[in-house]
Amino acid sequence: MARKTMIEAIRDAMDIMMERDDNVVVFGEDVGFFGGVFRCTQGLQAKYGKTRCFDAPISEAGIVGAAIGMAAYGLKPCIEIQFADYVYPAYDQIVSEAARLRYRSNGGFTCPIVVRMPAGGGIFGGQTHSQSPEALFTHVSGLKVVVPSNPHDAKGLLIAAIEDPDPVIFLEPKRLYNGPFDGHHERPVTPWSKHDLGDVPDGHYTVPLGKAIKRREGSQLTILAYGTMVYVAEAAAEEHGIDAEIIDLRTLLPLDLETIVESVSKTGRCVIVHEATLTSGFGAELAALVQEHCFYKLEAPVARVTGWDTPYPHAQEWDYFPGPTRVGRALVETLEG
Amino acid sequence: MSDDGPLGKFGPLSLHVPEPAVRHGGEPDFSNVNIPEAGSVRRPDVDTNPEEIRDLAFSIIRVLSRDGEAVGPWAGLLTHDQLIEGLRHMMTLRTFDARMQIAQRQGKTSFYMQHLGEEAVSCAFRKALAPGDMNFPTYRQAGLLIAGDYPMVEMMCQIYSNERDPLKGRQLPIMYSSKEHGFFSISGNLATQYIQAVGWAMASAIKNDSKIAAGWIGDGSTAESDFHASLVFASTYKAPVVLNIVNNQWAISTFQGIARGGSGTFAARGLGFGIPALRVDGNDYLAVFAVAKWAIERARRNLGPTLIEYVTYRVGAHSTSDDPSAYRPKTESDAWPLGDPIVRLKNHLIGRGVWSDERHKQTEAEILDTVIAAQKEAESFGTLHAGGKPSARDMFEGVYEEMPPHLRRQRQQAGV
Repeated sequence: MARKTMIEAIRDAMDIMMERDDNVVVFGEDVGFFGGVFRCTQGLQAKYGKTRCFDAPISEAGIVGAAIGMAAYGLKPCIEIQFADYVYPAYDQIVSEAARLRYRSNGGFTCPIVVRMPAGGGIFGGQTHSQSPEALFTHVSGLKVVVPSNPHDAKGLLIAAIEDPDPVIFLEPKRLYNGPFDGHHERPVTPWSKHDLGDVPDGHYTVPLGKAIKRREGSQLTILAYGTMVYVAEAAAEEHGIDAEIIDLRTLLPLDLETIVESVSKTGRCVIVHEATLTSGFGAELAALVQEHCFYKLEAPVARVTGWDTPYPHAQEWDYFPGPTRVGRALVETLEG
Repeated sequence: MSDDGPLGKFGPLSLHVPEPAVRHGGEPDFSNVNIPEAGSVRRPDVDTNPEEIRDLAFSIIRVLSRDGEAVGPWAGLLTHDQLIEGLRHMMTLRTFDARMQIAQRQGKTSFYMQHLGEEAVSCAFRKALAPGDMNFPTYRQAGLLIAGDYPMVEMMCQIYSNERDPLKGRQLPIMYSSKEHGFFSISGNLATQYIQAVGWAMASAIKNDSKIAAGWIGDGSTAESDFHASLVFASTYKAPVVLNIVNNQWAISTFQGIARGGSGTFAARGLGFGIPALRVDGNDYLAVFAVAKWAIERARRNLGPTLIEYVTYRVGAHSTSDDPSAYRPKTESDAWPLGDPIVRLKNHLIGRGVWSDERHKQTEAEILDTVIAAQKEAESFGTLHAGGKPSARDMFEGVYEEMPPHLRRQRQQAGV
């Protein structure tokens, strides 16, 4: 057990899997020699050689398309898209190819790939380094979509994703790479070395896909969150003295509906928080599921706190970001409602 | 102020939109297709520096002469028996197509795509591959299956989406898939398979294997960005892959000039990537085989990728959903200067004294019987709208290896 950053935890997961399984290969833009722009693959090329970890041309469609071909051969590629904002050239390969290959070939060919990509804002990345495109992937049958919120989970989920027989979209909240972030951007940064979830066990372990976790037991309302927003939710609840039950979804597809329904049935109130834009966001799916399964237990309308339906702005980052003030307001309104 | 400015001495700009030489209602014109003499294009060693064979991207490698003789440095690779087998494969594919085309018209399936005029390309290429090699085909390479002895009944069951459909009714007709026969699942989206072929080949090289991959694409789809990504990856990593472009002149109603632009030929696309690029007579079984063999050997010897443009002509419609007489001259296929691949190989074999019109007719009849028998068997398992079909329950299977809870709930809701 050691305290690790999320970057180190993710690297550890790839290192362990490359060590255990010769078929695991890692590539992407700046991923080989340099170790990735966020350094998640640092040292892997030196350790495993340049046919196991290498630099790719700036062609996201090429990176994902080549990975699909490699997976059809029998490898297990774990590839990096430098920023989630850059994934769109590869969207056809992900949606029409990776996601459907098993189905359309009746299992003749499969696609066990992991597509890692840093997502989310909070780093003044502007519209091309801040997006949260998870809903574009949860809408696609055949994919799994994972969003870790801490180093412990990131390592266990990534190992589970690499071992999974189907394609996994692995969205890494980049604002969490070096420490938890509660949305109070004006305060000093807390490093993972000072947070319990920075404790990362050595060696191989998995956090199963499709299982949410309660970050906080509570009685007054349920907050559904994932990634960075888990910490924003914690801060907002604490600052308003609300006894919230906070569920970190961890995997969006397949979703742990059971944990959600159990919690909302108990509290009768539900606030959904995500950083991505509102309209047709993953929160819409969550809200629909909550009303389908918990309607007669609900004592207030299901609330959503999200990014605004604008491109992610640069100078107005903190006006856009659904921080603790906006989340807190929604918690209070939902309790009063 | 400069007089070069707005509408100054150069006048207004205008947009160039290329047009084919002739459209429907006109007389076919292939005077712009430059056809070199058979046997006139040299055969370089497979390890030749790509820089030294750039001219091959602008010529056409041909073996069969107008008199039906096999001539030049690319001739002499196949025995009589192998050639007769090749002829049978092409004839089988043509008969198979004719029967399935009719079956579609009879409402036994929703859709069909035939190969008429292009049979040599996939039939000959298949014979140059070794077991374990993998094709990433598009929708007009069923010759890879026919020449690889994939059971016709299974192909038909797929076309009919019936109870024996190996793909359980999930795919549009002719989107076959067979790992065992080196035939990657056809997507139906265009060009996506090309970069996947490169990735598969890279994997084979990563594992120090000896297998190679072949990517397939049509002239029109080379305009997709996936095509360019494929050439970058193939070039950068020297992937053991053969990149095939089947130039059949037409992308539905769009003539090849719209995708080709100003580069002269599709093969020339390879030159900027340092990939050896060959152009071959796609209606010449011997030439296709010889060029395929060259490129496959190059890949197998770890010398990297080869780009091949097969110059051919799509005699039939694009699919059962279009009528070519609305966009090109009706007699254009008769005027196509490279002839018919089956007639050419037949005449060659007759010229060699190992085949005859009589044997040809007899073989045609035998093949028709075989195809009809296969069709009867396939139809006993159902057609799209009649008889046995995959269950609605099957629809929910195979999205993931293990069915997740939300799909289990939906299957329950569907009541299947």
